[in-house]
Amino acid sequence: MIPPQIWRPLGILLAILLIYLGVRSFFVPATFYQYGHFRGNSLATIASRPVQYAGKKACMDCHDTIGEKPYHSKHKTVSCETCHGPSLGHVEDPSQLPSLKPTNKEWCARCHEANNARPKTFPQVVIARHYPDKDCMICHNSKKLEKKP
Amino acid sequence: MNQFSNLFSRRQFMRLVMKSMALLAFLQTGVLFWFVRKSRAATSLPEGYNPKDHKWCMSIDVRKCIGCGRCAAACKMENHVPPEPYYFRTWVERYEVHGTDEPIITSPNGGIDGFPPQNSSEEFEKSFYVPKLCNHCETSPCTQVCPTGATFVSPDGVVMIDYDYCIGCRFCIQACPFGCRFFNPETQTADKCNLCYHRITQGLLPACVEVCPVGARQFGDLKDPESKIHAFLAENQVDVLKPQLRTHPKVYYAGLDKAVK
Repeated sequence: MIPPQIWRPLGILLAILLIYLGVRSFFVPATFYQYGHFRGNSLATIASRPVQYAGKKACMDCHDTIGEKPYHSKHKTVSCETCHGPSLGHVEDPSQLPSLKPTNKEWCARCHEANNARPKTFPQVVIARHYPDKDCMICHNSKKLEKKP
Repeated sequence: MNQFSNLFSRRQFMRLVMKSMALLAFLQTGVLFWFVRKSRAATSLPEGYNPKDHKWCMSIDVRKCIGCGRCAAACKMENHVPPEPYYFRTWVERYEVHGTDEPIITSPNGGIDGFPPQNSSEEFEKSFYVPKLCNHCETSPCTQVCPTGATFVSPDGVVMIDYDYCIGCRFCIQACPFGCRFFNPETQTADKCNLCYHRITQGLLPACVEVCPVGARQFGDLKDPESKIHAFLAENQVDVLKPQLRTHPKVYYAGLDKAVK
């Protein structure tokens, strides 16, 4: 027979262990240590945030010939949403137009204003000295100018 | 003496009551745990996405960057970064280097509104743009200081924040040697670039890479042998920021100047 002075403290220890395990399972999230010292669930939570930019592939599903148009032909390598803004709404519902259609000088200047921090091979112009009273699109949106070498 | 006291003595009755209460409490907590665990049950990543199959990284060609700031603007739009200035997940810096002097580094509104033209083209020996973002360090100091395990390096190599478990203590913001973290006043948690995790798990590019008009930013998967990142690493002289800290960043820069910090 195990005397009570042995099994009583053992019972108390067991109870403490059970309480500890219970409390631990309550406070430590279920997916903790699924991948490491963090909540495995949080990956899915972060991945479920809403997307705004549809990506060029989605645009090209419908607008596959857009690159033949003047102005667009020079910007073939640029993603559509760089200028037209986040457009997932337009992909899901075509009647909802993309947020931006910039044609103003300030927009062109954002990339093409001469700045000596820019790579020398990148086409740049001092906008204030390049037909200052005319809009860029008057010349740069015509087929004639685009075909020039 | 009534019938009841014939069945149980006072002592026996008290014992029975205590035992049944203990049993009930035990069962009750069991049910409670079960409910709690069920409410925290795993939500799932997009189908076919296994985080262990990837190792995401980014490459930046400094020689291509034109400093248009579209990356920083797109990042704010995609990730709902507070619009008022000085909170950025990614931003563009302009370096103006003159000899061995300290370089002049400017980043007005993260480069979103463009950069003013320099005063004189002769004044600086060289001048260039450097896009910055979280370096997604392999051994990141920010994850080591987090007291709650809310920030971590995911199995696919992205340093992320669990916004539900971040207590907003700001330790990680101080620990980051690249200044890539900020305290989001809207969520009251730390915040930073997570390589647009919601996009890359769906096969899309991060927003900054998507909108970069000159392809200065490229996104890659080190575990995918067909990823373009391998060619980039092989063909260029690649550097990382602050290599002396041995945090092993996964944002690789080509054409980086020694002035860049």
